Amino acid sequence: MILSFVSHSNSNSTLGEGHPSNLRMEVDRLISAGTFDLAARRLAELWRRDPASGTASFVISRLEELREKTGSSQLALTKFKLAILRSFTVEPIVPLLRAEAFAYGIDLEIHIGDFNTYVQDMLDSQSSIYRFAPNAVVLAVRTDQAAPELWRDFADLAPDAAQQAAERVVGSYEQSIGAFRKHSQAALIVHSLERPSSPSLGVLDSQSEAGQSGLIRQINRELRRIAAGFHGVYTLDYDALVARHGSEHWHDERKWLTARLPIAAGYLLPMAREWMRFIVPLSGRTAKVLVVDLDNTLWGGVIGEDGMAGIKVGPEYPGAAYQALHRALLDLSRKGILLAICSKNNLDDAMEALENHPGMLVRAKHFSAMRVNWTDKAQNLREIAQELNVGMDALAFLDDNPFEREQVRAALPEVTVIDLPKNPLEYASAVRNCAAFERLTLSAEDQQRSEMYAAQKQRAGAEQSFQSKEDFFRFLEQEAELEPVSDLTLARVAQLTQKTNQFNLTTRRYTEAQIAEMAKKPDWRIFSIKVRDRFGDHGLVGVAITHDVGGQCEVDTFLLSCRVIGRTVETALLAHLAESAAHRGCKRLEGWFLPTKKNAPARDFYEQHGFEFQVTNCDGSLWTLDLKSSTLRSPNWIKLKVAAEATLGGRI
Amino acid sequence: MTASTLEQVRNIASDIFGIPADKITAGSSPETIENWDSMQHLNLVLAIEERFGVQLEPEDIEEMKNIGAVAALVEKLQSAAR
Repeated sequence: MILSFVSHSNSNSTLGEGHPSNLRMEVDRLISAGTFDLAARRLAELWRRDPASGTASFVISRLEELREKTGSSQLALTKFKLAILRSFTVEPIVPLLRAEAFAYGIDLEIHIGDFNTYVQDMLDSQSSIYRFAPNAVVLAVRTDQAAPELWRDFADLAPDAAQQAAERVVGSYEQSIGAFRKHSQAALIVHSLERPSSPSLGVLDSQSEAGQSGLIRQINRELRRIAAGFHGVYTLDYDALVARHGSEHWHDERKWLTARLPIAAGYLLPMAREWMRFIVPLSGRTAKVLVVDLDNTLWGGVIGEDGMAGIKVGPEYPGAAYQALHRALLDLSRKGILLAICSKNNLDDAMEALENHPGMLVRAKHFSAMRVNWTDKAQNLREIAQELNVGMDALAFLDDNPFEREQVRAALPEVTVIDLPKNPLEYASAVRNCAAFERLTLSAEDQQRSEMYAAQKQRAGAEQSFQSKEDFFRFLEQEAELEPVSDLTLARVAQLTQKTNQFNLTTRRYTEAQIAEMAKKPDWRIFSIKVRDRFGDHGLVGVAITHDVGGQCEVDTFLLSCRVIGRTVETALLAHLAESAAHRGCKRLEGWFLPTKKNAPARDFYEQHGFEFQVTNCDGSLWTLDLKSSTLRSPNWIKLKVAAEATLGGRI
Repeated sequence: MTASTLEQVRNIASDIFGIPADKITAGSSPETIENWDSMQHLNLVLAIEERFGVQLEPEDIEEMKNIGAVAALVEKLQSAAR
């Protein structure tokens, strides 16, 4: 059955309420009735149930209709512009990609470059890709085009000539990627080169590193090196992608020769999904917390009925399937994704299994929040989000029970609900393949996140025991370290601008390359703030960007991770901005508050700190502080350390 | 040709060409469907291959002159595979 890999959720095609053709009619009915939110949700459901080419065309046409009638912000979609530079036909992949993006809450606009003009397109600063002003660019070039000598005529090449050809290929990539970075701050996703499935010398080829496969591997290694030398340049391991699905299945020679489409019909969706693994983290639509169920999800069976001896989890089949899921969860936790539990169970039974079952690889300590009770799951998820201080859209939900999944989807449309396949052996890959958990950079903060949340619980306990806030602040012994953005902090600074939603005054999203570009300008200042206290290190949790214009200093960006908010660090950071602006001779500090659905916690910030209201327009309100008369000071219970100017060199 | 194959092909064509399925008949062709151009033809071929699990040869693709011919082709390939 050729379709089985496409989705785990499209097998239920009994003609009922949710049948794809009925869903299509329902979507159209909802659109004409003006019920756009529900229409969008049903459209996403249709795509989940039947992710095929025809469905994609339907989804896109209705999405465009919805967008025309109500706009993407009304539909809570994130806009994202993607350019595809290519050496093959990608047009049939585009509807699949846009439909898949829509299911992740992204409204994707796509520009496709001409066939094989990618080198000129990247070198020429006036080319159409730069005019399109994309958020990201995919460089989808196949080996036959990037390295034709190595691909087609390898047998004719002397060893020296082959090595030189490989070096020329690398040089050409280096040159075009360098030019790209000069002309654009968009993210760049470079396909690595695929190795031939039948090398020209047969088994002899794999006896040496200088063979056809060896040289292509060498080019790919160099590509990774080049990418690492730039901010926001990433490689997509195309060779591994093809291998994962099987080269013989992936390719369709007929379509290649007749339509320049090398990929078989059934594999266009996997190609689109691989691109999504980059687009989702780049657009910020990622999940920060994975909430898991227990019975028949983390182990086989029901602990309350089957008991410790009866549940299935361990190194042997069938328990091994659950251990594979545990490993996937631990991998997420190492990437900074928090784990939480939401289960209908008796707490004692659940804890017994979590603490003492010998087959469990994940333990109670790995979970930052737990709701084990008989309450409705949607309510529990709301509480978990609140406890961990994240928005509902930061949650992903994993549950074997389709009824619970549908209930959560209906009550909390912002939550990423993962459709677990029926077979537990496929659980781990369902989690590993979810693009909402992809990260393109990993900061020290990400890797220690679950420990930091444990310290946060202790802090909350301590806070209760103090009479006054001030006493609590003194007890905390907070230290804040302010420093200009540097090579070491650039990735984290960009990440914070992309991810911070609540305490964020302007919610301007920047890529690493954009931050690096700003840092070069003399009138711009980019500060990061690190905070620690007696309970532990919060790491780098805040960013402020200012821009001096005509005697005043404008706050372009001011954000702090919500886990440090309300402990006066925000006042210390703002006071420093005021002080340093005054020091440079600025007369006023001014800043916009641009309201979003989520940044209400920052709404009164300027007013509370003595700023005067200036003006309001459709985007937000402008506030200023007269630096001469300002009494804004950093609270004396925070030890503030300000580092000297750092430099941003190294990577370009 | 069974009605169900033709009906499935009409549904796919409806999605691809963006017109209601009841406006598509066995006789519908690039002459009667305005945006049945070469790119949409490729999309139709891919959707057919994906949905029915068949592999179309370049010669087959040239035979796909109308919706009825597409459905007949699918049935021929399916019975050959059995």
